[in-house]
Amino acid sequence: MTYNFAFLDEDTKRMLRRALLKAVAIPGYQVPFGSREMPLPYGWGTGGIQVTAALLGPDDVLKVIDQGADDTTNAVNIRRFFARVAGVATTEHTVDATIIQTRHRIPETSLREDQVLVFQVPEPEPLRTLEPREAETRTLHALADYGLMHVKLYEDIAQYGHIATSYDYPVLVDGRYLTSPSPIPKFDNPKLHQSPALMLFGAGREKRLYAIPPYTEVESLAFDDHPFEIQRWEHQCELCGSGESYLDEVIVDDRGTRMFVCSDTDFCGQRRPEARA
Amino acid sequence: MSALLKVRNLSRHYGQRIGCEEVSFDLHPGELLCIVGESGSGKSTLLNTVAAQLSPAAGNVHYRQRDGEWLDIGSLNEADRRRLAREEWGFVTQNPRDGLRLNVSAGANVAERLMALGMRDYGQLRGIARSWLERVEIDPARIDDAPTGFSGGMQQRLQIARTLVTQPRLVFMDEPTAGLDVSVQARILDLLRRLVNELGLAAVMVTHDLAVARLLAARTIVMQGGRVVETGLTDQILDDPQHPYTQLLVSSVLTT
Amino acid sequence: MNTTLILELRDLSKSFELHHQHGARLNVLRGLNLRLHAGECVVLSGASGAGKSTLLRVIYANYRPSYGTVHLRHDGRWIDLAKASPHEVLEVRRRTLGYVSQFLRVIPRVPTLDIVAEPLLQAGADVHDARQRAGGLLHRLNVPERLWQLPPGTFSGGEQQRVNIARGLIVPRPILLLDEPTASLDIGNREVVAQLLAEARAAGSAVLGIFHDEDMRDRVATRLFPMQALEAA
Repeated sequence: MTYNFAFLDEDTKRMLRRALLKAVAIPGYQVPFGSREMPLPYGWGTGGIQVTAALLGPDDVLKVIDQGADDTTNAVNIRRFFARVAGVATTEHTVDATIIQTRHRIPETSLREDQVLVFQVPEPEPLRTLEPREAETRTLHALADYGLMHVKLYEDIAQYGHIATSYDYPVLVDGRYLTSPSPIPKFDNPKLHQSPALMLFGAGREKRLYAIPPYTEVESLAFDDHPFEIQRWEHQCELCGSGESYLDEVIVDDRGTRMFVCSDTDFCGQRRPEARA
Repeated sequence: MSALLKVRNLSRHYGQRIGCEEVSFDLHPGELLCIVGESGSGKSTLLNTVAAQLSPAAGNVHYRQRDGEWLDIGSLNEADRRRLAREEWGFVTQNPRDGLRLNVSAGANVAERLMALGMRDYGQLRGIARSWLERVEIDPARIDDAPTGFSGGMQQRLQIARTLVTQPRLVFMDEPTAGLDVSVQARILDLLRRLVNELGLAAVMVTHDLAVARLLAARTIVMQGGRVVETGLTDQILDDPQHPYTQLLVSSVLTT
Repeated sequence: MNTTLILELRDLSKSFELHHQHGARLNVLRGLNLRLHAGECVVLSGASGAGKSTLLRVIYANYRPSYGTVHLRHDGRWIDLAKASPHEVLEVRRRTLGYVSQFLRVIPRVPTLDIVAEPLLQAGADVHDARQRAGGLLHRLNVPERLWQLPPGTFSGGEQQRVNIARGLIVPRPILLLDEPTASLDIGNREVVAQLLAEARAAGSAVLGIFHDEDMRDRVATRLFPMQALEAA
């Protein structure tokens, strides 16, 4: 059985590219698009896959990560999917990739201008938990009426003494649109700001695309007396010794022994020979 | 004294049915005006049309904003209308559940309008929220409780605090005490009376309760079938009603 | 003697049309003329049903006259209350025209002191001064201080009446309308009211009132104005 290059037919890819151009032209604005049925269920990255499919050319090198790791089911599946339907080269090395599709992380390795990061987005609307009506949230975006978002941050501080939102932390893009960075840890939010790489976001079930173009202002919302802060660990990665990367706490045996390791497997792996040396 | 709000020949229809028809009145700064009438008399339709929550079929509403400029409410775009609703107006609904955000704390409910106006200091927001809870006689210790756990009267008082915290110049109230126990009603009416005086608010309040009009409003409009049948000083209307409908309304009340 | 004309009623008529009682029409006042000067105390006399209370209410604009004029001097100019706008009437009531009825309209939960002070606050006084004046008046009218912070809803008839008088007299207004304000007061307190009225008159106010008690009437009246019931038309 043969597929069209990168699975989607050319008309669909053209529709996606038009939507992506609009998204890039209006940073942070959610552009509706005709999301297609994909050979994966919603929630497995159908939005990101469609964006990647619209971007891929035969010379691209694709990397797919899930929670920072190249070797989880979701990452492996998507990587194999595109290797099969587009025949493109794949890699686990951030520096070698031209397109990186990601779920829940931004790689630790700094991205370049010739790279594109594609995010899988479950819920593109940052106001949704507070305002269920789509017509109303769109009006709020149109009017840049974002007091509501601070209600959520207020609730965090009131309940936990600090802004407890630790992932999908809302940002204001280019001083205009309130945007969900997808469920990346807020640790990664600073990487959105003035990023040299183009960042594209796809929500398959919600049928929305949006973008943060290269070198765009991205501000994480906060209060004057409770400024934005990223997570910090008392530990270092037990595999590579990194003290500046995002760490996962993993249980390594049946007795509950825990250890802290980098969530970015490529970053960690690259450092380990150095650490050994 | 110059008016704050001028309503002229305002009509609103629901298909063939009249919501309100050819209504005109002025509202002055610091004045509380009651609109009375029985269910279906069009008083809530009038209130919502004046407050730009419904669009009129005919007529217009002019409002003099803080900077002295007169605005034609009907010609405002959505952005300006919302700005006005956020910065200069307030709306208190009959059912506090419609006016409150039930899934966030009492403090956030009070602080929301301030945050919408751009206040970004958490400590200051807390302080103001606390003082407003006190003003509406809610224990400030309950600032982090969700309003779902509050009694109906407390919820209504919370809605009042949430509405008045930005010190609006004009407040619309739709039967704010209907559906509450009499003792709870008295407390809210007293609270409204006090706050309206203290803040120098202008307000338009819809009520079917003539005693509420007597207590709060210097002037009253009586509506029947969508039309104004009588208007004037509240005590005049209640003590010397001219229109047959007003006479019926007044004579139907047990005590006013 | 000050003889400044302050209130003039001309050809005043009042009838009530009762739409729900077969359109019955009650004629209470017809073609009434009255002039009131500063410093006077005119007492309306006549049997009950003669329209005395109705007349006071028409002057206060609580009732709308059917015909005629209610001219009074407000802020140095003449104004016809029969034709005045509601806002003008409110302004006249705030500063020029006072009315004390027989009964206190109790406002739930509002303490006595604040009920008395309220008209002065509305006339522009500050809270401290208004409360002080209110306390002074309540004191003179023998309302015990322990009651001042309570709402008067549970007070005796006499106590409520004295609270009502204090509220009615706290703003020095050029015209005072009194509808049997002393009906349930004892002699001592009537004397206090008489003194308060004398002080108001001395300060230039004109008083128009109804006093059924003859002693009181003789004590305060400078002139009587007789009234008679109209035949039912």
